[in-house]
Amino acid sequence: MTGITDTLLASTLASVDSAEAMVVESAAALGLDEDARMDLGLAIREAMVNAVAHGNAYSPEKQVRLILETRPDAVRVTIIDQGEGFDLNKVPDPTQGENLMRESGRGLLLMQAFVDEFSVKRSAAGGAEVVLVKYASDTGR
Amino acid sequence: MSARLTTRQVGDVTVIDAVGRITLGEGSALLRDTVKNLVAAGNKKLLLNLGEVSYIDSSGVGELVYSYTTVTSQQGQFKLLNLTKRVEDLLQITKLYTVFEVHDDETRAVRSFS
Repeated sequence: MTGITDTLLASTLASVDSAEAMVVESAAALGLDEDARMDLGLAIREAMVNAVAHGNAYSPEKQVRLILETRPDAVRVTIIDQGEGFDLNKVPDPTQGENLMRESGRGLLLMQAFVDEFSVKRSAAGGAEVVLVKYASDTGR
Repeated sequence: MSARLTTRQVGDVTVIDAVGRITLGEGSALLRDTVKNLVAAGNKKLLLNLGEVSYIDSSGVGELVYSYTTVTSQQGQFKLLNLTKRVEDLLQITKLYTVFEVHDDETRAVRSFS
């Protein structure tokens, strides 16, 4: 099953759940095993929370765009918010020093850990644009 | 499946049995409230059983940190029991695995509290 779906989601926690479910379902159709689906689902969840909570600050006037591309060899997900964007290099490392015992700040670390390709940039409109790719086999890891 | 927590007393140790997903929203709030209430009631030896927890996100990891710091700041002890492979991986990635005392046998875990 291949194709692209382009969806606009409200800036709510319910959108986090529905995005995760949508992507995991596509990954299952592509044949990703349960572990890979859970890895991808967690990365999507973290990216959506970033977009909804940090990017859009739960604003009812802002939306999250989710582009889901299923290819024979991979699932590629782009998540774009309408916030201010951020510089990955300026995000504190949550595994170091006093950050280790902070209650938050681990989302980007987990996104990177659980997908095969990860990138973030500012979208044309200025928000954060996160791309997550999970391969259908382990060849990419 | 969202999270469900039940507590039981084994000697002077309070065991919290968690089931389901500990993620941003209901699951993480439930853990926070449970630990906060237990500590407020004077329970300072907490053992969190994660054997039936299928999934934790970064918010859930944050709640484990909150639980640990809340209990230890009251001169208590907070330990983990029965990590699934997924949760163990998460704690390794976040470098928190060495922060928590982790057990895979409840009897021994209960005995380990001083």
